[in-house]
Amino acid sequence: MDETAELQAFRAETRAWLDANCPEEMRQPIEGDGDVCWGGRKVRFKNEAQKLWLDRMAQKGWTVPEWPKAYGGGGLSRDENKILQTEMRRIKARPPLSSFGIWMLGPALLKYGNEAQKLEHLPRIARGEIRWCQGYSEPGAGSDLASLRTSAILDGDEFVVNGQKVWTSYADRADWIFCLVRTDPSAAKHLGISFLLFDMESPGVSTSPIKLISGYSPFCQTFFDNVRVPKDNLVGQPGKGWDIAKYLLTHEREMIGGMDMGSMGRDSMHQMAKKAIGTGKSGRLKDGLLRADIVRHEIDAMAFGLTMERVKDEAKAGQGVGALSSMLKYYGTELNKQRQELLMSIGGSDSLTWEGEDRHDGDMAKTWLRSRANSIEGGTSEVQLNIIAKRVLQLPGA
Amino acid sequence: MVALVLNDEQRMVKDSADGFFASEGPVAQLRKLRDAKDADGFDRGLWAKMAEMGFAGVAIPEQFGGAGLGMVAAGLIQEAIGRNLTLSPFLSSAIVAATAIAKGGSDEQKAALLPKMASAALIVALAADESPRHAPQHVATRAEPSGNGFRLTGAKPFVLDGHVADRLIVAARTSGAEDDVAGITLFLVDPKADGVSISRRSMVDSRNAAAVTLEAVQVDGADVLGTVGEGFATLEAALDAGRACLAAEMLGVSAQSFETTVDYLKQREQFGQKIGSFQALQHRAAHLFCEVELARSVTLKALTALDSGDARAPFYVSLAKAKAGDVAKLATNEAVQMHGGIGMTDEYDIGFFMKRARAAGETFGDGAFHGDRVARLLAY
Repeated sequence: MDETAELQAFRAETRAWLDANCPEEMRQPIEGDGDVCWGGRKVRFKNEAQKLWLDRMAQKGWTVPEWPKAYGGGGLSRDENKILQTEMRRIKARPPLSSFGIWMLGPALLKYGNEAQKLEHLPRIARGEIRWCQGYSEPGAGSDLASLRTSAILDGDEFVVNGQKVWTSYADRADWIFCLVRTDPSAAKHLGISFLLFDMESPGVSTSPIKLISGYSPFCQTFFDNVRVPKDNLVGQPGKGWDIAKYLLTHEREMIGGMDMGSMGRDSMHQMAKKAIGTGKSGRLKDGLLRADIVRHEIDAMAFGLTMERVKDEAKAGQGVGALSSMLKYYGTELNKQRQELLMSIGGSDSLTWEGEDRHDGDMAKTWLRSRANSIEGGTSEVQLNIIAKRVLQLPGA
Repeated sequence: MVALVLNDEQRMVKDSADGFFASEGPVAQLRKLRDAKDADGFDRGLWAKMAEMGFAGVAIPEQFGGAGLGMVAAGLIQEAIGRNLTLSPFLSSAIVAATAIAKGGSDEQKAALLPKMASAALIVALAADESPRHAPQHVATRAEPSGNGFRLTGAKPFVLDGHVADRLIVAARTSGAEDDVAGITLFLVDPKADGVSISRRSMVDSRNAAAVTLEAVQVDGADVLGTVGEGFATLEAALDAGRACLAAEMLGVSAQSFETTVDYLKQREQFGQKIGSFQALQHRAAHLFCEVELARSVTLKALTALDSGDARAPFYVSLAKAKAGDVAKLATNEAVQMHGGIGMTDEYDIGFFMKRARAAGETFGDGAFHGDRVARLLAY
C-alpha cells in the first residue's frame, strides 16, 4: 500500500524535526541501563543531551505518541506512530523515556481511570516526572497471583494498607506504586481485589533490594505498615481490580515478549558470530554446527517478528485471534533465552568474564543470567501455556 | 511495506477454495484413488473443475488465459489443498511450470502453452533435480548442439507428475561444470519424443513422480525456454513459486492436523476424564498453536514478497519453506502421538497428513537446504 499524501507529509515533517532536535549523543547505541532514561523525581540525567531529548520529545507528546493530547500524548494515529518509530530507527534515536508508567499503568488508566485520575497522572508519566513501580507478586502469590493477601481496609476517607510485595521492579527508585490489594477478605479470591495508587514516600512504606544471580538488584521486597491512602486513589470499582490487573498484564507480557527482539543499533547475532569466529573460503561461518544453531534461531526469531507484525496488522483490520499476548510472551521470552545462550557460545571464554578492566566486562554473562527471568516474570511460560490451552484452544479444565 | 493481512479479493479466494476442496477433494478421495491404484493418481474431473473455478490459472497472467491473481491467492488455494490433501497437478503444472514459462518463455511459447494449462487441457512438469537431496544447480544432463537444435542426454529421477505430463521442462547443461549456476538451459521436451522414457514412481504420500531418462533426445532451437546458458534464474523463480506454495500447503497440513488433534483431546477419555484436561498434553498443544501461527506469518510474508516483486523474496521464501516444514513435521508427529494407537491405523486419516508433511518437506529443499540458503543470503 502506498502512503497517503498526508502520511508522506507527516513523514517529511517528522524526519526534519528529528534531524533538527535529536542530539548526537542520543543517536548512539544503548550500552547499558545507565543510558536508559527512566525519569522520576530522583532522576539523574547522564548528560545534558539526555535531558534535552526528553524535554523536546515530551513537548511534542512523543514520549507517548498515541495517547490523547489532553493527557500529554502526541495524539498520533497508529500509522503516524509507525512512521515516527521508523524515522527514529533510521537515525538510531534512543527512546527518550522508558517507564512502567508508559508501558503498563498508562494503558490501564486510559481504560479504567476516572477523568481526575487521568488528568493527575498521565501528563506526569508523559513528561517523565513520576516514576512508577508495580506491586503485584507477594511471597505467597507468584504464579497464583490472585491469592495475594496485602490488605487495604477503609477507615474514614482513607485505606489503611498492610502487607508485603516481592519482585517489585525498581521499588527503591520509584515515586509511586500501582498496587493490587485485598479490599474484601470475605469475597471469593478474584473478587476481593482492588487496584490502588499511592506515593512511595507515604509513611509506612519501606523497600529492600534483592540481589540476583546476575549480580544486579533490579527487584525489591516492599513492605507496607499501616500506610494511609486517600480512597479516591482506587482505580475502577472496589473488588474489580483483577480485571485491571489482567488487562495490564497483557501489556506487560507483550512488552517482555518483545524485549530484545529488535536489537536496535546493535549487530545481529550472525554478524557477531562472523566477527568472533570468522568465515571460511565459501563465506560460511567456520563452525558448521554453531552456524546451523544460529540460523535455526534466526529463522524462529524472524518468524516471531513477522508474527508480531501480522498480529498488529490484523488487529488494525479488525481480524485476528484473542489471547495472543500469552503466545507473544511465551514464545518471545523462550526465544530471548535461547538467543542469550547462543551469544554466550559465540563469545566462548570471552563471555565468561565477570569483572575486568573494561567497563563492559561482565555484561554478556550478566545479560545471559538476567534473561533467565524472562520466562518467569509476568507469568511463567507454563502459566502462558495454561492460558492458551484454556482460552484459545478451550481444552477442558483439569 | 505491504500489510500482512488479506485483502477483500484474497478473502474471497480463500472462502471459495476452502469450500471447494472440502466438498470436491476431501481426504476420502485420496484414499479412494490410492486404494484403486488409479493410473493417473488424481481425478481428471476434479482438475477440470479446478480450471473452471480459475484455480488452475491463478498464477497465469490474464492476457494468457489465466486469472492473474498472484501468489498470495495461489497460496490460499494450496493451503486449502493441504487441509484436504487433495490430489492434482496444481503445484507441478499450475504453479511451478506455469511460472517457468511465464518468466522465461517467449511470447509464442506463452501463447501456445499457458492458456491450455489454465484450462487444464495441458499438464507441464519440471524435470530439474538429479540427486535425491534437492540441489538445483547440480545439473549433469548434457545438451549438445545438434542440427538446428540440441541433443539431450541424462537422467531426472524425481519429476513431479511426470507420469501424466504432456510436456516436460528439462534443465540441461549447455556449458560449464556440473555444479555451475551458469551454463544451465531450460528446454521444452515432448515426453513422447524418441529417446525419452518415463517410469512412474508412486510415493509414500500417494502422489506420483516419474523417473525420466533422456537418451540423445533431439529438440529444436525453438524449444529453448529463455536464453541458452542462462536458465538458472528462471529455474529459481519457478522453484521459489513452488516452495512458497509448498509452505502454504504445509501450513494447511499443520493447521488441519492440529485442529483435528485438539478436537480429539476434547473427546477421548482415559482415567475417567477427557485427555485434553491433562496438562502434559495441554502444554504440547499450546506450544503447537504458537508454531502454527509462526508458520502462517512466514508463509504470508513469502507470498506477499513474491507478489510485490520484493528483491528479498528468495530470502523470505526460504524462511517460509524452512519454518513451515519444521512446523508441519512437528504438528503431524504430535498429532499421531496424541491420537495414540488409532493414529497408527490406516483406517484413520491423520497418518495421511504425516506422510504428506514428510514429502512436501523434502520437495524443492528441506529445512537444512533452506536454512543454509537463509544463512548464505545473510552472508554467513
